[in-house]
Amino acid sequence: MTRTGFERQLIAVQEDMLVMAGMVEAAIERGVEALKTRNVNLAQQIIEDDLKINRKRYETEEKCLELIATQQPLASDLRTIVSVLHITVDLERMGDHAEGIAKIALMLADEPPLKPYIDIPRMAQVASDMLMGSLEAFKDRDPARARAICDQDDEVDALYEQVYRELLTFMINDPRTIQRATYLIWTAHNLERIADRVTNICERVIYLVEGHIEELNVSKY
Amino acid sequence: MIEEPLSNSERLIRMATIGRPEPKAQVPTPQTATPVTDQPGEAFLEARSLNVFYGHFQALRSVSIQVPGRQITAIIGPSGCGKSTFIRCFNRMNDTIAGFRAEGQVLFQGRNIYDRRIDVVDVRRRIGMVFQKPNPFPKSIYENVAFGPRINGYEGRLDEIVERALHRAALWDEVKDKIRQNAYALSGGQQQRLCIARALAIEPEVILMDEPCSALDPVATLKIEDLMRQLARDYTIVIVTHNMQQAARVSDWTAVMMMSEDRAGECIEFSATNEIFTNPREKRTEDYITGRFG
Repeated sequence: MTRTGFERQLIAVQEDMLVMAGMVEAAIERGVEALKTRNVNLAQQIIEDDLKINRKRYETEEKCLELIATQQPLASDLRTIVSVLHITVDLERMGDHAEGIAKIALMLADEPPLKPYIDIPRMAQVASDMLMGSLEAFKDRDPARARAICDQDDEVDALYEQVYRELLTFMINDPRTIQRATYLIWTAHNLERIADRVTNICERVIYLVEGHIEELNVSKY
Repeated sequence: MIEEPLSNSERLIRMATIGRPEPKAQVPTPQTATPVTDQPGEAFLEARSLNVFYGHFQALRSVSIQVPGRQITAIIGPSGCGKSTFIRCFNRMNDTIAGFRAEGQVLFQGRNIYDRRIDVVDVRRRIGMVFQKPNPFPKSIYENVAFGPRINGYEGRLDEIVERALHRAALWDEVKDKIRQNAYALSGGQQQRLCIARALAIEPEVILMDEPCSALDPVATLKIEDLMRQLARDYTIVIVTHNMQQAARVSDWTAVMMMSEDRAGECIEFSATNEIFTNPREKRTEDYITGRFG
């Protein structure tokens, strides 16, 4: 006995989740790009695209609920659906953080840059790599990889602290920089939160494969 | 032509074409599947290395489970895996089948019920049974419930016993005004609860239920399930069910049985019900409960 229809639907919700992750990853990357290049059009596009991310989340959630209601999934099928439900919530919130960065890019677009951006794009790159890796770990059902990805969160935290201290120095030395520096701290905070949410995805991968919930990362922030 | 390296978002979207994933890192499973993977506390009933034969055919092989007292233990598994044979061993209901032979032990409160010195009638009085199809006697509701106490020589106030048993079986309110009517006038679900009342009237300690809801509609089924939860406060219940959702809903412990290559039934996993249905240890359990086997 096989459950071809159910199997297809179960794969479809996972594919939806991965597509959504791709949308979120693009939003993060483009948000930092819009900030760096002071590109107002790109920033506005990201804000509009966030609605698509949110819609994708609700679509995926509805499909998951339908599967639970009609197919009575059990064991690894149930864990898969529950994981997709949780991960899409995290992805949607990550999309909101990316949108936050785009809004900051809009606010800073008319201002001269405070400094060349180095650590913030680096944070974005690490967070994006972590996101990518967490979804690969999901796809491959690889808890060892999920655990390893969580360790990268320390790097993001360290960068965040560095950005914070540097911007604080700017503010102390020249109060006219306070507004711009604060916006940049918000940006770094958004990226720090994104990386933290990736660790939630990693926890779900472990739950999916091993059947227990394990808290992997207690962030400093 | 040099291909542009893919961005993470492009890689993610490409990744979104997936087949059914195979876990990279398998959760280690024990090499030899020991059926009893959890100890559900003190055993009230226990099968210990139970082998059952019908003539030359081996129907059960080395089944060991420990049934805890005042809880519900479900036995699930595909058709023909020996669930009914197994549950019927708990009160020696198979004894009359030609060629039946049991090896190993079935312990009830520490005593082997297959011991020659055991009084089988007493075993069956203390371990009652409810069957797949409601099978009331062609008598009144009252006489159905009073039957057991009567043949057991009970001389007290039968009315009280009948009323108490019908209350416990959650049937009293529905039948109190027609207790002298023929039991056949009741609906299927009511008849099944009457059979439960009949079993309860002789004050058993264990109730075995072999597919008690398979002939009932969903509403009657849920009533019986509610009743089972209530009864589990005072009685030890073992239920065989084809309906996995029913096992998931009502039981505390679940034994999963499978047929081996020579068609002998084996218990492949016995665990807390929530473990079985969310994170079973055995691949065969997983395949069975997710509907990918059978």
